[in-house]
Amino acid sequence: MLEIKNLHAAIGEKPILRGIDLTVPNGEVHAIMGPNGSGKSTLSYVLSGREDFTVTAGTVLFDGQDLLAMAPEARAQAGLFLAFQAPVELPGVGNANFLRTALNAIRRARGQAELDAAQFLKLARAEAKRLQMPDDMLKRNVNVGFSGGEKKRNEVLQMTMLQPSLAILDETDSGLDIDALKIVGDGVNALRSDKFSALVITHHQRLLDHIVPDAVHVLAHGRIVRSGGADLARALEAQGYAQVIAEAA
Amino acid sequence: MPAIAETLNTVRSVADSGYKWGFETDIEMDFAPKGLNTDIVRLISARKGEPDWLLQWRLQAFAAWQVMIEPDWALLNYPKIDYQDAFYYAAPKKKPGPASLDEVDPELLKMYEKLGIPLGERAILAGVEGAGTRNIAVDAVFDSVSVATTFRSTLAKSGVIFCPISEAVKDYPDLVRQYLGSVVPPSDNYFAALNSAVFTDGSFVFIPKGVACPMELSTYFRINAKNTGQFERTLIIAEDGASVSYLEGCTAPMRDENQLHAAVVELVALDDAKIKYSTVQNWYPGDANGRGGIYNFVTKRGACRGKRSKISWTQVETGSAITWKYPSCVLQGDGSSGEFYSVALTNNHQQADTGTKMIHIGKNTTSTIVSKGISAGQSNNTYRGLVRILPRAAGARNHTQCDSLLIGNRCGAHTVPYIESRNATARVEHEATTSKIADDQLFYCRQRGLSEEDAVGLIVNGFCREVLAELPMEFAVEAQKLLAVSLEGSVG
Repeated sequence: MLEIKNLHAAIGEKPILRGIDLTVPNGEVHAIMGPNGSGKSTLSYVLSGREDFTVTAGTVLFDGQDLLAMAPEARAQAGLFLAFQAPVELPGVGNANFLRTALNAIRRARGQAELDAAQFLKLARAEAKRLQMPDDMLKRNVNVGFSGGEKKRNEVLQMTMLQPSLAILDETDSGLDIDALKIVGDGVNALRSDKFSALVITHHQRLLDHIVPDAVHVLAHGRIVRSGGADLARALEAQGYAQVIAEAA
Repeated sequence: MPAIAETLNTVRSVADSGYKWGFETDIEMDFAPKGLNTDIVRLISARKGEPDWLLQWRLQAFAAWQVMIEPDWALLNYPKIDYQDAFYYAAPKKKPGPASLDEVDPELLKMYEKLGIPLGERAILAGVEGAGTRNIAVDAVFDSVSVATTFRSTLAKSGVIFCPISEAVKDYPDLVRQYLGSVVPPSDNYFAALNSAVFTDGSFVFIPKGVACPMELSTYFRINAKNTGQFERTLIIAEDGASVSYLEGCTAPMRDENQLHAAVVELVALDDAKIKYSTVQNWYPGDANGRGGIYNFVTKRGACRGKRSKISWTQVETGSAITWKYPSCVLQGDGSSGEFYSVALTNNHQQADTGTKMIHIGKNTTSTIVSKGISAGQSNNTYRGLVRILPRAAGARNHTQCDSLLIGNRCGAHTVPYIESRNATARVEHEATTSKIADDQLFYCRQRGLSEEDAVGLIVNGFCREVLAELPMEFAVEAQKLLAVSLEGSVG
């Protein structure tokens, strides 16, 4: 369960989030939509603990814990996963190795036994296959020389391997073709359970055809200006942000 | 590849102890008086029971050293060394019997056990049967004396000689006399001259014609005694078509004062011979405030005398307060090749000025240089390299890649390449990059559950991948651990 209350955040002196209130109960998927510059990515970074942003007011509880007081790795270990809009390259670091290191760090923090190389590879290969990723993507260096679509699929692979309780997908659909979109959607849907919730940040209705949200929120100027069901996304697609935001005002 | 994950997992336990090799072993020592003069040189030679030609060679080197000036061109800053305030000879009192481990002081054996060196024959054999790992023959040099060399009889069957150089002087005088100083002459430079005058031991390796050495050879150097310099001398000869892989590791106790280490390594490769020389240098680097640590002034040079011969240097330098070291290749034989793969990591107040020299003399000679410098804390890390193409070296080729990684904003990285080409057909390439560990890389790793230090370790190991891949397996794992441990406290 994620409970955001009156969240304000700034980069330098410039306020970006201006009072976000949002509750995502366990088992639900919420979509966040909104025009460029409305604060969608900032919200994902603030929730995951990126230090470039300053929280100036508000609270965030994650399963009852004060999320904003936790280090980024502690948030990850507690079950928060961010699928990056622009996944980062790690030259010289093998993808499988990175993933196993991450998985074992998280398992350690949760008091679970670590996976040895053989156990891990078996699991990773099966997941990669399900996401229709070629085997060599596990051997290549993390995101180095990956196409846009490969990077996004790699994020989804990490997500399914790390088994988060809250996933934030920051425009994971951008740059994906129709087939890849379905694969990503299937990846998220496979995780859906009463112990998993997600914040799906997107510009387009089409991802939400695959991942049907329980709620849709429209973000504008750092505030949620309108909330609704899955049909709100379709209305946005038909009418554009300007009208929906104007109606909300 | 999985080694990194294992590394990161094991680092925690290692890391808590800081420099875990910092213990001191209490062994009765035989010291020569402090200071340096011709009497000391004569005493060392006498203790070793050396022939007169070697004594004369030492005395000439000492005479040369006395009129030489300590080099000051490196980007290193350290107080003047008082060469009279150190011991130049220290040996464990009990005379070691290299033929049998039973004769070695048990305290010594205990120390090597602590260092994780598979010295006892039984331990090695157990390791071989159990894990199926490759055999490694070990020469252990404690302060100034080689205390045990393993697997000598196995090696002897294939004609390979692997023994302390002090024994080689007695048992193979002609070979030693022919090659000693033939690559690094006694008056080559200030520290080489000092070493030539007072060297006490080191390893001698001879691989006869056509023989591929059946196992990795390895020397572990350990400085233990206080106020003592270590001056070892290593000589490796690979005859026509021979090949050998040699590993070298070094540690020292933690002490407040600085200690001097000035080694000389000479390699000779004849026609079609291959020598691979790997170093994991982990001398005590000093504490976080820059107190103590080893001054490491080393001359390493390989001569590719034969056609199509090859010498490859791989080094991982994480220790020492001061590092001054340029493992080089003299490419005399036509078609010979030299390689230099280096990782130099400095943290806290460490200073490293290291690189290589590739001297192209023969036709169609090639050289490859890959240098990875990592600076953290308030350290300074300099790559200094020379590629020289002489007029006869038609078709010579060099490729240099020089990457620096900065951690934090109080450290320095410097790249000083020298290129001299006197043949128009030569091709020389130099690439250099300097980068910082990006915040987004760190954040990406932390978002996946890694601590900041583990993230830095992972990124640094990735940065060094090309070089670590050149190390023999056993050393690669050790090197990865070292890199992570050496970066302790460099972030946050």
